[in-house]
Amino acid sequence: MKNFFATPLRDEDFKKKNFCYETWIGNCFYAWDCGKAIGRYLEGLKEGKILGVKCPKCERIMVPPRIFCEWCFVLVEDFVELKDTGKINTFSISYISWDMKRLEKPQIPAVIEIDGASPGYGILHLISEVDPKDVKVGMRVKAVWKEEKEREGKITDIKYFRPY
Amino acid sequence: MRRRVCIVGVGMTPLKALSPEVSYKEMMFEVANKAYNDCGINPRKDVDTFICCSEDYIEGTSIFDEYVPDQLGGALKQVHTIPSDGLFGVCAGILQILTGEFKIAVIEAHAKSSNILTPDGVHMCALDPIYIRPLNVNPIFIAGLEYNSFLYNHLFTKEDCAEVVVKNKKNALKNPYACYGANLTIEDVLNSFPISYPLNELEISSYADGACVVVLASEEVAKDLKKKPIYIDGFSFIQGSPNLEVRSWDFPRATEEAGKRAYEMAGINNPNREIDFCEIDDTYSYKELQHAIALNLNETIINPSGGSLGMGYIYEGTGLMRLIMAVLQLRGEAGSFQVRINNDLPRKAVVQSWRGIPTENSCVLVLSRE
Amino acid sequence: MGRRVAIVGAGMTKFVRRAKETGKELAYYAAKAALDSCGAKLKDIDAVVLGSAPDTFDGVHMKGEYLSCGAGAFGKPYLRCYVGGGTGVFSVAVGWYYIASGIFDTCLVVCEEKMSSYQPHPQGAFLTIFDHTTERPLGPNLLWIFALEMQRYMQTYGIKKEEIALVAVKNKKNALDHPAAQIAQEITVEDVLKSEVLCYPVQRLDVSPVSDGACAIVMTNEYLARRFTDKPVWVSGVGWCLDTAYWTNRDLCYPRYVEEAARMAYKMAGIRNPRREIDVVEPYDPFDYKELHHLEGLLLCDRGEAPQLLVDGKTQRDGELPVCPSGGLLGVGNPISAAGLMKVIEIFWQLRGEAGKRQIAKKAKRGLAQAWGDLMQVGTVVILEV
Repeated sequence: MKNFFATPLRDEDFKKKNFCYETWIGNCFYAWDCGKAIGRYLEGLKEGKILGVKCPKCERIMVPPRIFCEWCFVLVEDFVELKDTGKINTFSISYISWDMKRLEKPQIPAVIEIDGASPGYGILHLISEVDPKDVKVGMRVKAVWKEEKEREGKITDIKYFRPY
Repeated sequence: MRRRVCIVGVGMTPLKALSPEVSYKEMMFEVANKAYNDCGINPRKDVDTFICCSEDYIEGTSIFDEYVPDQLGGALKQVHTIPSDGLFGVCAGILQILTGEFKIAVIEAHAKSSNILTPDGVHMCALDPIYIRPLNVNPIFIAGLEYNSFLYNHLFTKEDCAEVVVKNKKNALKNPYACYGANLTIEDVLNSFPISYPLNELEISSYADGACVVVLASEEVAKDLKKKPIYIDGFSFIQGSPNLEVRSWDFPRATEEAGKRAYEMAGINNPNREIDFCEIDDTYSYKELQHAIALNLNETIINPSGGSLGMGYIYEGTGLMRLIMAVLQLRGEAGSFQVRINNDLPRKAVVQSWRGIPTENSCVLVLSRE
Repeated sequence: MGRRVAIVGAGMTKFVRRAKETGKELAYYAAKAALDSCGAKLKDIDAVVLGSAPDTFDGVHMKGEYLSCGAGAFGKPYLRCYVGGGTGVFSVAVGWYYIASGIFDTCLVVCEEKMSSYQPHPQGAFLTIFDHTTERPLGPNLLWIFALEMQRYMQTYGIKKEEIALVAVKNKKNALDHPAAQIAQEITVEDVLKSEVLCYPVQRLDVSPVSDGACAIVMTNEYLARRFTDKPVWVSGVGWCLDTAYWTNRDLCYPRYVEEAARMAYKMAGIRNPRREIDVVEPYDPFDYKELHHLEGLLLCDRGEAPQLLVDGKTQRDGELPVCPSGGLLGVGNPISAAGLMKVIEIFWQLRGEAGKRQIAKKAKRGLAQAWGDLMQVGTVVILEV
């Protein structure tokens, strides 16, 4: 057998069905238990609060919450209410969807360091109500919440963060 | 003599059909703590390598190995995944320790079976996508084919297989870790709902939630830890064929080969006489009989824990759970389901696992107390 | 380090956007090419290691089982290993521990990836890598996390896109000499900067392609190596490290997990000063900035200084420290795990002087291959020497 063997197919072959292929749509569905820490985090979001946890040993305040400190390896049970403001640690401006289609309005995902958590402790969320050109690392932002009756205990209870 | 690797710590929670109170991370954290306390180690300082056994489709997360280090104490340390049954992960740990570069290895496997809403849909994805899946038959048909071929080619009856279910479910009643213990009769099993002829509903082990952690150490390190080590005298893992067209339907040849190699390494000549008890795969009733013959263990005490039929099936955690059961027996910590041989604790055991349909593979460990 | 482990043969398929061959067939072609390259037969092989990244690409659950026959594993001890994108280089570490344990004398390491099966776009397989409760509901796509990391890297050290684009220019050009390459081409920095903006600051030409392909190597212990080849290449160090999954709690400007993995490998190989002792390096380059990021993590230059090496031409094939002489993932292609093993194979060929037109100018005695993966979280390193 020689090196570098493989038969490349072109898009055209695929569209014209120049070869045989089989398709399958997976029937795979899941419902994940969130457990104690994330369960409490989601309850907090429903109440319009961002919750973190404090390690009893190194005293870091972490978000999203977890029931252990991964560095000290101890049980963490102390929930702390954080602010719903923070600053942008890093951001991107996404012009495409996951299947590489152009988006009409770009999305701005960012890691947002939450006020009240230890320095550098952020969460992933979206930025809006701003011209993409004006977004900067270090920019101050605040959560824009859904109406109380619309909140259902999901990360999307925060619609996005906006500069303030 | 070859250097041996020891099992120095184990941790497991009782299996449950549902576990909404904990996330998989919290379940793993609890069990890992148990295992570390069992041998008195601190994972942040003492562990050299962590191995997790998980499959993406079972977790519902792609590249699931991302999410394992924190709750095991493995963040920013040597952690990798072996997407296979936990017992294969143990073999990976043994190999690493035998290189001399690692002293303590942690193996983890778990299942949140209750979180999979479409277990058959997931299982379907394990079949060949080109020429088996389009037939659109529930993958359990493969167990039916194996079972039928086994009955046809060997001197066993359906009653013999039903008896396995009765025995294991009964053993499980005494085991506090078990989830599906029951007092059944052979008739109950034979009259249960037919699933894929000749397989009936009660002959299939049921899904459960649970997590397992095992700590391995080199012989030198094991001496200084909290409990008496359990030695791994022999181990082997063998791959069969994934193709349904060429497999041996009536007999698990991968298990036979793995057993042969593990016995050779452990210096076992007559397993039936030298092994006190075994924890072997019983995902389906007939599997226990198949594996017992393939391993020459049909005259020993088989699955005193209640096996997967009695305890529950936790996907990749199944092999590790059975290993933990064997360790508890050898240590004399099995309490209500402790095996005794002439009033003495058992000395030697075999643990074996299989990854379930549609696979053909096997992993065998030979354990001893001293 | 205990027992010595050698690589004695290597083989690979061409990397293509969409292969007619199935995953099993690709695995077979690579495995057979590797065996043939050193005159080995399958019966000479004691055990097999498989590397393959997410099962969702192929839409096959228990992919390790499915591919096992193509990888030559029937009737043999066989494990599939998995650390996301780091799998390709890590599979060599598994081959190393197979043999260094003393249990096996020879092994075959096969890495296969068929990304084209996932429709409408393989990116979909990455949608489910995010946390199911705290991130997936936001609808993230894979490019986000790279863009976030690239932004943080550029901001922290004041690195310009013009500098980063030079990586894409160099690697795609290097790949012109690689017979397996998928998207080798001669481009300019302007081409990169003018290419479509996907997820600012990531543009089309900053990114490696989607590929199908497979690679394989044959490994043996010290005593058998010369039975298969006159020029064994020794695995003198392996390293791996997985950082916390809470990636939004880390500073993405520096890959400390790559540093930890490198330190493990350097220690095993007895390397004290990697900048002087490593002759050629294949860092993981699925995106152009990653090559620079990883050179820093590998301690081959100071933090934020990698772009200068590139601007000064030191990382060209005739430079002081040739980087990605193969053409890397940006040029040869990126069938995830196979791409990682391709890097190890490139070092193998470079050290044996068999890289043809890609052969680096200086005489190389020691080389390093590195891969990376998961949520910007895992580093895997292999050091080879002759």
